[in-house]
Amino acid sequence: MIKTIKQVELKVNNEGYLTDFSQWTKEIGAEIAKEHEIEMTDKHWEVINWIQEKVAANEPLSIRGIKKSGVIDIKQFYALFPGGPLKVSTKIAGVPKPKSCI
Amino acid sequence: MAKTKVRKMLFILSKATIENVYAAFIMANGARMEGIESEIFFTFFGLEAIQKKKLEHLRVATVGNPAMHIPTMLGGLPGMEALATKMMKKEMEKLDMPPVGEFLEILSDSGCRLWACKLAVDMFHLKKEDLIDEVEDIITIGDFYARADQDNTHLLFI
Repeated sequence: MIKTIKQVELKVNNEGYLTDFSQWTKEIGAEIAKEHEIEMTDKHWEVINWIQEKVAANEPLSIRGIKKSGVIDIKQFYALFPGGPLKVSTKIAGVPKPKSCI
Repeated sequence: MAKTKVRKMLFILSKATIENVYAAFIMANGARMEGIESEIFFTFFGLEAIQKKKLEHLRVATVGNPAMHIPTMLGGLPGMEALATKMMKKEMEKLDMPPVGEFLEILSDSGCRLWACKLAVDMFHLKKEDLIDEVEDIITIGDFYARADQDNTHLLFI
């Protein structure tokens, strides 16, 4: 599927996740965040960067990983990305939706 | 906040075997990760999962559990439960599944609300201090039903 944000045609899957990370920019991330009614702050970006690094290193993402991340605690994570924080944050980060059950 | 049709999941945990406790925890945590509210009501033996002294000593049931694929009589031999539990925990660690205590912290931090059943607490002569701090309160079944009394809520007995 194709989704257009800021005149850029983005390749996305049926859930709206970017399928080609090379198309991701901070501006696009911020636009996706807006769709989830999230106004990005430095703390949000810090988490997004951490997620992108994890994915680049092929390390699985989980809520337990967030607890151990040293970047953010779980309470803050839920507060910053309401409505399913791992799903929402990975969508903003332009990476695939995590497959973990925990 | 949830955009799902299911708004709230309420779990009643009445057993303290590892398999039942993790089933409840994973589903309760999974609900939060989908933006669904979740709560767990610990009753009867389920209370062991929130007792400070007991929660890290829960075991897999090796007797009367056909999925163990060992004869029931063997399952009852001394050390069998401990062995099966050790093996199970090893496999769970490989999948990055947290131990019970850490899982309860994750649940609480994730906004899953934890309740102890008053009748069971009285029956086992427990006090609030015997339970982990993450337990919000000791409530009656009536209180619990009141928490369930809203649209798009599901109750699950484990």
